[in-house]
Amino acid sequence: MTRSRMIAAGAFAAFLLLCVWLLFIVLPRRYGSDPAPAAAAPVAAAAPAPVEARRIKATLYYVAEDGERLVEVERDVPYATSTAEQARRIVEEQLKAAPEPFVSALPAGTTLRALFLTGSDAYVDLSTEIASGHPGGSREEILAVYAVVNAVATNLPAISRVQILVGGREVDTLAGHLDLRRPLQKNLTWITAAPH
Amino acid sequence: MFFRSLFALAVLATLQPAAPPRSDAAAYTLLSREGRRTLPVRLAGSVEMAALDDIAKLLNITVREDAGGLVLSLPSGQNVVLSTSQGLASAGGRVISLPAAPTRDGRAWFVPIEAVGRAIAPAYGTKLELRKPSRLIILGDLRVPQVVARHETTGSTARVTVDIQPPTAHTVAQDAKTFTVRFEADALDAQLPGAVGRELVSAIRAGEGAAEVAVDLGPRFGSFRSAEQPGERGATRLVIDIFSPSGEAPPPPPPVEPLPLPEFAPAGAVRTIVIDPGHGGDERGARGQAGTLEKDITLSVARRLKTAIEGRLGIRTILTRDADRTITLDERTAVANNNKADLFISLHANASGRTAAAGAEVFYLSLAEYGEEAARIARSESDAVPVFGGGTREIEVILWDMAQARHIERSAELAKVIEAAFREKLPTSPRGVQQAPLRVLVGANMPAVLVEMGFLTNAPEERALSGDARQADIVQVLYDAVVRFREARR
Repeated sequence: MTRSRMIAAGAFAAFLLLCVWLLFIVLPRRYGSDPAPAAAAPVAAAAPAPVEARRIKATLYYVAEDGERLVEVERDVPYATSTAEQARRIVEEQLKAAPEPFVSALPAGTTLRALFLTGSDAYVDLSTEIASGHPGGSREEILAVYAVVNAVATNLPAISRVQILVGGREVDTLAGHLDLRRPLQKNLTWITAAPH
Repeated sequence: MFFRSLFALAVLATLQPAAPPRSDAAAYTLLSREGRRTLPVRLAGSVEMAALDDIAKLLNITVREDAGGLVLSLPSGQNVVLSTSQGLASAGGRVISLPAAPTRDGRAWFVPIEAVGRAIAPAYGTKLELRKPSRLIILGDLRVPQVVARHETTGSTARVTVDIQPPTAHTVAQDAKTFTVRFEADALDAQLPGAVGRELVSAIRAGEGAAEVAVDLGPRFGSFRSAEQPGERGATRLVIDIFSPSGEAPPPPPPVEPLPLPEFAPAGAVRTIVIDPGHGGDERGARGQAGTLEKDITLSVARRLKTAIEGRLGIRTILTRDADRTITLDERTAVANNNKADLFISLHANASGRTAAAGAEVFYLSLAEYGEEAARIARSESDAVPVFGGGTREIEVILWDMAQARHIERSAELAKVIEAAFREKLPTSPRGVQQAPLRVLVGANMPAVLVEMGFLTNAPEERALSGDARQADIVQVLYDAVVRFREARR
């Protein structure tokens, strides 16, 4: 009697352990809320996640054919487990060449140096090409800045504001117009209706 | 934590180049019975700072440093205390705001030049006046009238107009090459065009004496006639008409209507306009396919616009740069703020990766990006601050960083007036008025707009913008807009 009781108790304990493992390890990974604390999470050295092959749909921003506005285009972006890492993947995709017939608002050769979060602010540190390769003009500057800001803030509800840094530094402007000294909220007045 | 400190370092690194104060601001002149002496100033950001020791020597003040700040003992027996940690002073129990806190360089203290006008002058006993736009400090009961001279040539006649405020007795003397207007005054607060380089008049400049204006005559000078008229607001206007030799063209009768509109405008009107030719120097801005540079177009249009507004409206017009040189966005805004401009117009030319994009656009600041602080400034006129010794007092506390917030409605009006004037005459973008968080506008303490005159990346527009005809049209459009804005304001 005592022996069968012990077996039953052991089985119950094993079941409990299984439940705990399922609840706290497996499910969070699958349905991924961010396990890391939000404050200043570096992502530069993040190990490739085992879920590399998974992709999500993200809304990215390109210059419309009239050159006046940005258009929203849905693109596949690699899935990441943390907000900061996901933001990084989105910006990297935004920096790639634009799909036809659109053009990128960002100078070719611009790379993402680092991306970190402080609360709900994202700091996107871009290589100096973003400024040195910029053709000038208020319009191009507005479109370049809001392509990045909107791409991050639209796709990640946890991020409300985005500040662009250049070459690791806070800057006044990219090309002499738009004030980049503080984080910017997404701005949809520069968006034209989606083409498809 | 590491990244946060890295970020802090990065921010520090960007701040560092601004740290060594530069000395490229023009010195002030102190006028007194003893003569003229200079007070050098240097720029820290947009604030002009003078060495406290220099001020003390010029004004016979003794300075003592104690825990409460810098204590200035004036000859009147009164004390002025300057806070060393923030831009505040106290004199006679009143708090006075200053644009910056004193800074220390080695053993010397530097204080904003405004300390002379706002903090020291009211307690000084003797009359003491700081005239920032003309870079003068006037000590004692001196007569220093404002003298503004303008020049206009039509055919064989040149007209030199000299406005004098307040009216001051004067004589006109002529020798072979020069007229000299001699004023019964101790000094002049003069704005003179300098070299003009015309055949009838070659220059209008300061004369040899302290209160003289000299008009240098050109090679075709024949005869002249001078007349005095009452100007507006109690000013006197001296008009000198200069004719080429008789026989060549008879002197025309004096026109019934004086040529330019008289302008010592009533308070609240447009007295000073600052025009900012965008970019310059190493920073060339946008570039067209044919090689046209934004910095050249903006300077060329700005110079023409200055001539048009000054010549036809008589409104003092200042350019933030009058050469191909690099200046920061803060310096541009500071020119407008320091000259107490009533309007600030920044001129630019646009660029787009799409060559089809064309047409002018007018921007004014959007406040949304600057958060609750900006919204609060936009709502409130002034703030009550505690006064040393108890109680509160209403004073103007403006965060210079966001001075534009208080003028946003007027800026929107100005943008609309300019856009409408463009749309009547010139290619204008379908969305002509836009809002954006533009860096050059946010610190401007007056209605301010940024005008994108057209796209250099659009080939026909590039050709037009680099030509005389379009530039003249743009000047006319902006001139019309200034007139309409001024009329609407009256």
